[in-house]
Amino acid sequence: MKYTYYPGCTLRTKAKDLDAYAKASAKALGFELEEVTQWQCCGGVYPLGSDEIATKLSSVRVLNEAKEKGQDLVTLCSACHHVIKRVNDDMKNVPDIQSRANNYMKLPEPYKGETNVLHFLEVLRDRVGFDNLKKMVTNPLTGKKIGAYYGCLLLRPGEILAFDNPENPTIIEDFIKAIGATPVVYPYRNECCGGYISLKEKDMAKSMCDTIVESAKGFGAEMLITACPLCMYNLNKNTVGDVPVYYFTELLAEALGVKEDAE
Amino acid sequence: MSHGANKADKIKEISGVNPLKCMKCGKCSATCPAFDEMDIKPHQFVSYVVNDDIEALASSKSLWKCLSCFACIERCPRSVQPGKLIDAARQLVVREKGADYLKADEIPELLDEELPQQLLVSAFRRYRR
Repeated sequence: MKYTYYPGCTLRTKAKDLDAYAKASAKALGFELEEVTQWQCCGGVYPLGSDEIATKLSSVRVLNEAKEKGQDLVTLCSACHHVIKRVNDDMKNVPDIQSRANNYMKLPEPYKGETNVLHFLEVLRDRVGFDNLKKMVTNPLTGKKIGAYYGCLLLRPGEILAFDNPENPTIIEDFIKAIGATPVVYPYRNECCGGYISLKEKDMAKSMCDTIVESAKGFGAEMLITACPLCMYNLNKNTVGDVPVYYFTELLAEALGVKEDAE
Repeated sequence: MSHGANKADKIKEISGVNPLKCMKCGKCSATCPAFDEMDIKPHQFVSYVVNDDIEALASSKSLWKCLSCFACIERCPRSVQPGKLIDAARQLVVREKGADYLKADEIPELLDEELPQQLLVSAFRRYRR
């Protein structure tokens, strides 16, 4: 199985691990991530304004390439996933954005939201299947107590992201079970880490991250996993806590016994 | 800023929000992780737009405290989605010349070794034009 793959800016720089472990794992699981030929940054945050067109075009280009190849589009970074998935929804359901974006793009055939956007975790759940993943695990992380940190971007708005129940998600907990570890459910797992606020309002980000980490620790988590480089940064940088944070792909590669294969 | 009514209309247009749908339950403010830092609270944004008091909104520090975490958008029982109003007010401000909240010159001293690119592009997109 081949997917069109959009890595995004940070996976080429500060979050190379997130990307490399995902690719090694995909290989072990029997699917291929074929990188978009000429991608641009998604912009990091979804432009909410109904009159924002130019800021959505990099997503449209990627979505259209996947459409032309007849493949589903896979993302890894929570922010890229959020932006691209929402732009796709606009292209499908908001006629004004659809026509104005297509006027810019001048594609041979207008893009109308045809591409199916999947987060890597959705590929694991809906295409590979967590039961199958479990069977392919050679090095189960037995006994590890892991807290899933969802953050905001994968879940909200639930109607558009359609990733999982936005208030009571289970996908990352199910992933944790599939790799042989024990999920720790804690109340702040879907609350914001502060995101970009940590650039200029460090105290705010610090207080939010402390709350998250203390909550996870209080419920017995030994480590946290995330899909987002910015959550990773904030949870590492802006807490006094000593709970290590990993990308979910690192633990996946470890469980599949391919961690050393990651470039 | 002048022409309050025009600005209010512009905010409604950019955000796509109908503030009259709000039933003042306060759930948006209750769920907002930045509530303590905001001078105008998420549920109050709605009233400011209804009352055409855009001057106050545009100078509110709340514009720069909103995290775009979509908690108020997800949890609004009336689909008013005040986060979209905050973003539209922020857009009105940063689209004016010289009104950016983040200047490129500030960046070097805000950087550290681990800071991901994602943070910078996100901040640039929210804080300036």
